[in-house]
Amino acid sequence: MRWWLPDAGSTFAGPIDTMFLVILIITGIALVLVEVGVVTFVIRYRARPGRKAFYTHGSTRAEVIWTAIPAVTMVALGLVSNHYWVLIKDKKSVPPNAYHIGVHAKQFEWQITYPGPDGKLGTSDDFTVRNQLHVPVNEPVAAELSSEDVIHSFFVPEWRLKQDAVPGMHIIAWFQATKTGEFELGCAELCGMGHYKMRARVFVHTPEEFKAWLTQQATGGGGGGGSE
Amino acid sequence: MSFWRKYIFSTDHKIIGIQFLFVSLFFLLVGGLLAMQIRWQLGFPGKPMPGGGILPESMASGGVILPEYYVQLVSMHGTFMVFFAIMPLLVGVYANFLIPLKLGAHDMAFPRINMASFWLALLAGLIMTASFFVPNGPIRSGWTNYAPLAARPDLSGVTVGQMLWCISIVVLGLSSVMGSLNYITTVINHRAPGMTWFRMPLSVWALFITAILGVLALPVLQGAAIMLLFDNVLGTHFFDPVAGGQALLWQHLFWFFGHPEVYILILPAMGMVSDIIANGSRKPIFGYHSMVFAIIGIAFLGWIVWGHHMFMSGMNPTLGSTFMVSTLLIAVPSAVKVFNWLGTMWRGNLHFHVPMLNAIGFVSMFTIGGLSGIFMAATPVDIPIHDTQFIVAHIHYVLFGGSLFALFAAIPYWYPKMFGRMMHEGIGKLHFGLTFLFYNLTFFPMHIIGMGGQMRRIYDPTIYDFLKPQQPLNVFISYAAFALFAVQALFLFNFLWSLKFGKKAPQNPWNDNGMEWSLSNPAPHGNWERTPNVYRGPYEFSSPEAGDKDFLPQFMKLPTDRDPVPAPVPAAGH
Repeated sequence: MRWWLPDAGSTFAGPIDTMFLVILIITGIALVLVEVGVVTFVIRYRARPGRKAFYTHGSTRAEVIWTAIPAVTMVALGLVSNHYWVLIKDKKSVPPNAYHIGVHAKQFEWQITYPGPDGKLGTSDDFTVRNQLHVPVNEPVAAELSSEDVIHSFFVPEWRLKQDAVPGMHIIAWFQATKTGEFELGCAELCGMGHYKMRARVFVHTPEEFKAWLTQQATGGGGGGGSE
Repeated sequence: MSFWRKYIFSTDHKIIGIQFLFVSLFFLLVGGLLAMQIRWQLGFPGKPMPGGGILPESMASGGVILPEYYVQLVSMHGTFMVFFAIMPLLVGVYANFLIPLKLGAHDMAFPRINMASFWLALLAGLIMTASFFVPNGPIRSGWTNYAPLAARPDLSGVTVGQMLWCISIVVLGLSSVMGSLNYITTVINHRAPGMTWFRMPLSVWALFITAILGVLALPVLQGAAIMLLFDNVLGTHFFDPVAGGQALLWQHLFWFFGHPEVYILILPAMGMVSDIIANGSRKPIFGYHSMVFAIIGIAFLGWIVWGHHMFMSGMNPTLGSTFMVSTLLIAVPSAVKVFNWLGTMWRGNLHFHVPMLNAIGFVSMFTIGGLSGIFMAATPVDIPIHDTQFIVAHIHYVLFGGSLFALFAAIPYWYPKMFGRMMHEGIGKLHFGLTFLFYNLTFFPMHIIGMGGQMRRIYDPTIYDFLKPQQPLNVFISYAAFALFAVQALFLFNFLWSLKFGKKAPQNPWNDNGMEWSLSNPAPHGNWERTPNVYRGPYEFSSPEAGDKDFLPQFMKLPTDRDPVPAPVPAAGH
């Protein structure tokens, strides 16, 4: 049983998990403040014979304080969040040296297209694999997302990466995996009755392994049709 | 008056409120039954559901829920709860019932439109229910009906059900707009002499602002639903990019309605809870004016945050930044409200009647729902939790912990005014305690499985290796949810039993200040024989002027009070 976010598997996990923790601390303080207030008042000010409530319509000073503190906190949180948001999602943040792959979603499978020996997507030596995503570790990868039919969402929990694939749109989601191994890619947007089984296996390889896999796929194994 | 005229085709706002109450409690039960089936499938995927044998083979095969039926369950659970349970319970019931009574008015401004509003809502509910009995069943695209899935019968597998959804929503929108116009007109024109704007109870303020949201938001949904219907039936392609449409257009339209809708579902709850907390604390509400401005502030901000549902949609990330800021700012008026409720309880003389217990439950649970919203509002943190069970936890902390606890407070509080009898106090307290417990056991762990990555609306989480380890928690949640559902029998029993056997209600059972308590229980058609005068604000509890009592009603004339000058009557006729 896990009580926290999944193990970190990309460069995004660091800042996102830290921000999650920061927000947990801020909201935790607020929550404890409110709940302790409720419980204390419930016990302390419960009705007893002879007790009379204190007649007051409020206190401007108190209200200014508890308006200002959340306002300042929220603006600060917004500024910090935006910094990382731009870094992750802005089109200009995609590293120029990123390795581009095509991710085409359709009911209910993922078709991953690799650039082949020439290193360029959209040329005749590209090859496509069904429900298997292979990427090299510690290298920026840009997934060019498209959809055949309805909206799907590309979600790898360990990478802290989620991005909808929308028909009619070409969306780039980039990431840099930091851990080798096998993971899962799920669809996070309801895409029909088979939504739950729209699952692909994710393999993060060392650069050598990845090169070997590419060569094997491009020459013999998977060219064009794809495995699995 | 004949039975039909008095109870069925009634133009009395109180009877219409009660009609809404029975109908929407029924749909609340339906929504709950759907939720139980969802929880069965998530806790015990692939196992035959007890009683599942009665479902047709197209839904459950040998009692085992089918994937298409599961998607229909989640879609219709959301649809029923949002449109036919919580919204009519808060607005249909309490805007109707409370606005004229609390303003000292004889009835709504347009009683016949009011009657039509109820009958249209019922018709919409029946159309929606009918979609279970048509070929291919109801919608399979979530209560949000994201296009192009919802726009393309060939992709969703739903035909008639999708049309019925669209038609039902158009009819419901009509009902809602009629109701809202009525509430707005009544609040503006039918306040009794002396009921100035800032002497209105916060419940009426909240219902008034809610009505403004309703009249502006529902038509957007109606328009979108008509476009979706055309895409399905007439072969238009508003939302289908294959023929030049825009998939994201649906989301923009839906959430431009949908986010104000969220506040339609919570503002009236906040208003009624404010009234009840002041009453239970025997103290004036803390910071009445800022409470009013917080309602207005939340309603206003509610219009510029819809994009926070679309952070992962492929919408320009710069737009995401602006929506994040406006969303985070909603925390400010929300915090003001929570702190002011605490301020109201501070140094009060707290009476824990059932409405007060549920109102306190509301404050403590809404706080969790509000705070968990900050995680999603912060765009980078939203990335891993978007479209996971974390969101499901959040929405239920707001809509169950918030709206439904407020209703469990409001229903017994105004029950004597509706039916002349009290609901049973002991059963009510037991119901509150058990509901509070099982509610938290059900929804809090959803945060954790959402953090673990469990996507929303998936039929079987156990096919994912990364979700398997947390399956025991899913089982736990399911048991808690069954218990939560079961203890609602206490409420149902209490509600029905008290209709006939409840203790007869005294005239002012809660020692409250509201105008409605100057009337007999239940109040007659037309409410007051002569228009009453209003002498003060609604929260004069423990006022030094009240003498040995700890409350001072709005209708009570003290020797020092002067009669208000009545506003000039606009025109005769109603």
